[in-house]
Amino acid sequence: MIEREQVLHVAKLARLGLTDEEVERMAGELSGILGHVDRIAELDLDGVEPTSHVVELENVWRADVPHESLDPEVALAQAPDPDDGAFRVPSPQAEA
Amino acid sequence: MSDVLALTALQAHEAMVAGDLDAGEYAATWREAAAADELNAYLWRDEDGGAGAIAVERPCIAPVAVKDIFCTEGVPTTAGSRILEGYRPPYTSTAVRRLLEAGAPVLGKTNMDEFAMGSSNENSAYGPVLNPWDRGRVPGGSSGGSAAVVAGGLAPWSIGTDTGGSIRQPAALCGIVGLKPTYGAISRYGMIAFASSLDQCGPLTRDVSDAALLLGILQGADPCDSTSVGLPEAPRLPDREDLSGLRFAVPADLARDAIEPGVRELFEATLATIERLGGEIAETSLPHAEHGISAYYVIAPAEASSNLARYDGVRYGMRAESAGDVIEMYEATRAQGFGAEVKRRVMLGTYALSSGYYDAYYGQAQKVRTKIAADFTAAFSEYDFVVTPTSPSVAFGLGEKTEDPLAMYLNDFFTVPMSLAGIPAISIPAGLAEPAGGGPRLPVGFQIAAPAFAEQKLLDAAYALEQGIGFDAGPSGAPYAGIGHKKRTGVGGEEDG
Amino acid sequence: MAELEAVIGLEIHVQLATRTKMFCGCELSFGDEPNVHTCPVCLAHPGVLPVVNEEAIRSALKIAAALECEVAPRSIFHRKNYFYPDSPKAYQISQYDIPIAGAGRLGDVRIHRAHLEEDAAKMIHVGESGRIHGSGASLVDFNRGGTPLVEIVTEPDLRSAAEAAAWARLLRETVRQLGVSDVNMEEGSLRVDGNISVRPAGSAELGTKTELKNMNSFRFLERGIEAELTRQRELVEAGEKVVQETLHFHPEDGTLHPLRSKEEAHDYRYFPEPDLVPIAPTEAMLRGARESLPELPAARVERYREQVGLAEDVAALLAADPETAAYFEQAAEAAGRVEPRVVANWVTGELAAALRQEGGEASAAKSRVEPATLAALVAMVQEKKISHGSAKTVLAELVANGGDPAEIVEREGLAQISDGGELEAIVAVAVEANPKAAEQIRAGNQKAIGAIVGAVMKETKGRADGGEVNRLIKEKLGA
Repeated sequence: MIEREQVLHVAKLARLGLTDEEVERMAGELSGILGHVDRIAELDLDGVEPTSHVVELENVWRADVPHESLDPEVALAQAPDPDDGAFRVPSPQAEA
Repeated sequence: MSDVLALTALQAHEAMVAGDLDAGEYAATWREAAAADELNAYLWRDEDGGAGAIAVERPCIAPVAVKDIFCTEGVPTTAGSRILEGYRPPYTSTAVRRLLEAGAPVLGKTNMDEFAMGSSNENSAYGPVLNPWDRGRVPGGSSGGSAAVVAGGLAPWSIGTDTGGSIRQPAALCGIVGLKPTYGAISRYGMIAFASSLDQCGPLTRDVSDAALLLGILQGADPCDSTSVGLPEAPRLPDREDLSGLRFAVPADLARDAIEPGVRELFEATLATIERLGGEIAETSLPHAEHGISAYYVIAPAEASSNLARYDGVRYGMRAESAGDVIEMYEATRAQGFGAEVKRRVMLGTYALSSGYYDAYYGQAQKVRTKIAADFTAAFSEYDFVVTPTSPSVAFGLGEKTEDPLAMYLNDFFTVPMSLAGIPAISIPAGLAEPAGGGPRLPVGFQIAAPAFAEQKLLDAAYALEQGIGFDAGPSGAPYAGIGHKKRTGVGGEEDG
Repeated sequence: MAELEAVIGLEIHVQLATRTKMFCGCELSFGDEPNVHTCPVCLAHPGVLPVVNEEAIRSALKIAAALECEVAPRSIFHRKNYFYPDSPKAYQISQYDIPIAGAGRLGDVRIHRAHLEEDAAKMIHVGESGRIHGSGASLVDFNRGGTPLVEIVTEPDLRSAAEAAAWARLLRETVRQLGVSDVNMEEGSLRVDGNISVRPAGSAELGTKTELKNMNSFRFLERGIEAELTRQRELVEAGEKVVQETLHFHPEDGTLHPLRSKEEAHDYRYFPEPDLVPIAPTEAMLRGARESLPELPAARVERYREQVGLAEDVAALLAADPETAAYFEQAAEAAGRVEPRVVANWVTGELAAALRQEGGEASAAKSRVEPATLAALVAMVQEKKISHGSAKTVLAELVANGGDPAEIVEREGLAQISDGGELEAIVAVAVEANPKAAEQIRAGNQKAIGAIVGAVMKETKGRADGGEVNRLIKEKLGA
């Protein structure tokens, strides 16, 4: 049901590097799960509102008052590659 | 010393308040007990005492084991994953902060299925947790560690999280009490997110009274969590004598063949106990509940795929070595940092949200959810509670269900509908039963679900039933034996009865 | 080939000037050291949750009111999922199919919608990382990450680059007067992208559109759109198809550069944000937003045109800036019986020119010429006490040093010569001195009168009333 091409496409969207073996196994596993899940596709649910929020709340917000920010040392303490106060990462490739 | 460990958290609390028990010594005793962990239940223990401690005058609350999904400032927090190995949060979750402010020390961080995805605690990057009743079997999941420490005498009580059954199912498999409160009762701030619209913090305890005590400390609206409302009133300790005047409904649709005979027998026996206590049993219909697994295994992975996207090696946590551009860094980090089950769900969730599939999967699943919630509302217009077995089987063997993800997912069959509807549900031990394949008897859980925000009513009924059942077993070597038939009395003293 | 018309829509991002970020309490400020305004929420640490900034909602409602947008009774936030180092959660919290504001209008352009979202962090490329096979590195500063944004999308109602730039200026001025944003294109608190296509004039179908970005001034906006329109026209006229793509405009050389297409990047997998609850603006909030609006440029232009009777271009010039508008209105009031139209022309014409001449502050309101002073000067011209030319001289003096026009006229002897006898005598002299011109005038060539008028003006140092001089010359010559 889920082809290898689709698995590769979804893995790209999810930024997951899968080995060839994982891709193949994933295709089978996802197909099995979706086969079960697909039963809901047969239900006639026209006119039913989807639940996007479980709690019946509206207008929850906070006043526009500053809180204490993290000390930049703390902010960078866990960074895999801190550089002069910033978070360093390899560059994205596609830039105009 | 072991006498102290036999006290429930409530008994210990009352003793500390009365001045009969020293809080510091009591906590130290528990730290020593926790150090004897042979179940791989703890990922981190507070060895010296004082982890994240807030100075409290006259502390009188028992130390708590905390699922390693709750951020605790300066303390390792991994969510059972390699991708957060070594991560120490710069802040503390609201749930843990409330514990600390109440004077409850954090005993340690418990092992769990990676990012709360699993029903057996076999998906942890740090090894599986063993069930104290039979170390060849799983404790359930994803709060397997939190359940095992309570059942195994390594903590007086603990907190876990429940997204589709992850508190209730391990509680059932370990013979203890597990409560998933109403969605919004306890703040999610600082609780590493799996599925935002389903995740809830809850207590795992030896008995219902402890669950009520712990719930009281944790619940409340939090300005840091826009979806939190707390409970309408602070829970009080339950004290119902019997179940007269209460109506319990069994959903006919959930009477599946997949339930083990031993589990089914105990379920029926518990229904008889309810009647003996004056409660009324009836049959009801939850026509869409059978689609709960399908809806859940679309919604939860979809939200998870988005919640876990931040684990990208940029700002904290693991970053894989890679020579390429940032995309290659992301792909390598996530490939190495996530386990197989997490990858599976991230893929499933990404697919369900992707262009062309949203309406058929995510959109449709959210409609099924609406219907399930409506089914419960209809049932509650006639009945006080809906009851089911918590899990279709007793604890299964390590490695028994790991080959087929779908088989593993079906463990959540009875617990998922309540999560989708956002209503509270508790699992209490119903007794011991022989597994389908034969062997020594293992714990079975009985689940009671109530309308949203009816925690007090739920706890009162669960307490009365718990006393009626009189579950008095514990794993061998545990410092206690079930909740016994102890009726809660005043300070000091227990009575048989 | 049928003539092609331009079809342009604009997508505008306004950075709100709230004190704190959209979803956390970190303070907004610019030019600080990197990562000094961050917290676990805007760094997307595990377990954190967003909480909406109330002031951002109020600002969005003001913008909606100013753009006459329908406000959704209930709107929700959505997650827009994509991976990029400047997006710490790997999703942006935005609004998708139920935005806070719907259809509206500003001037002649319809608004399609407006919604709230959060800004990305800042990334700086730092070139080679030093490793042999490195592809370069970027540094991320999260200070800006999480700044509240209102995104405004127009209908494709604009028909030229100039029109687009002019409307963008109107939008900018309108939002600036709400006090919700600095709306400064150079600083990035206002960002304008164009959606551009062409089609045969008169056609109702839309052509393939391209998205144009990276124009950080109104001039560049106009030039960029113009360049893209040229490019599309050339393609279509050569029989080729316009490809849907995103282009960057490079102002240094006016070139357009397509961004390499990020194929999967466009599947944002939107779904409702489960960590936030819906926004349902109350009647009080809507009323508050409406009542907080000052008279905005578009409304003022209309009032000046309809009620005051000003020409469109003059109205637009005066209405754009509230201080200039206030200046004009005060001057018109003080000028009594002088028509406001005349005062308006003086403000946008002679006064503006005089201020430019002087250099420095080009704004009437900030000049040394009080509104009442200008009014008095204009009145003196209307009453023929001084000539238009003399008034310009007086105005130059007022701009330079302030003062009172009557006094200056007195001091400099600029009073108009209206005494018939004195003027007649000068005219006679001038006619004598210009026999050739006089001859031509008698012959019927009216234009030749200019030479004699000029001579009279020279003699009187511009103090004579031009109309009167003309009359006297013709009388003298019997023409």
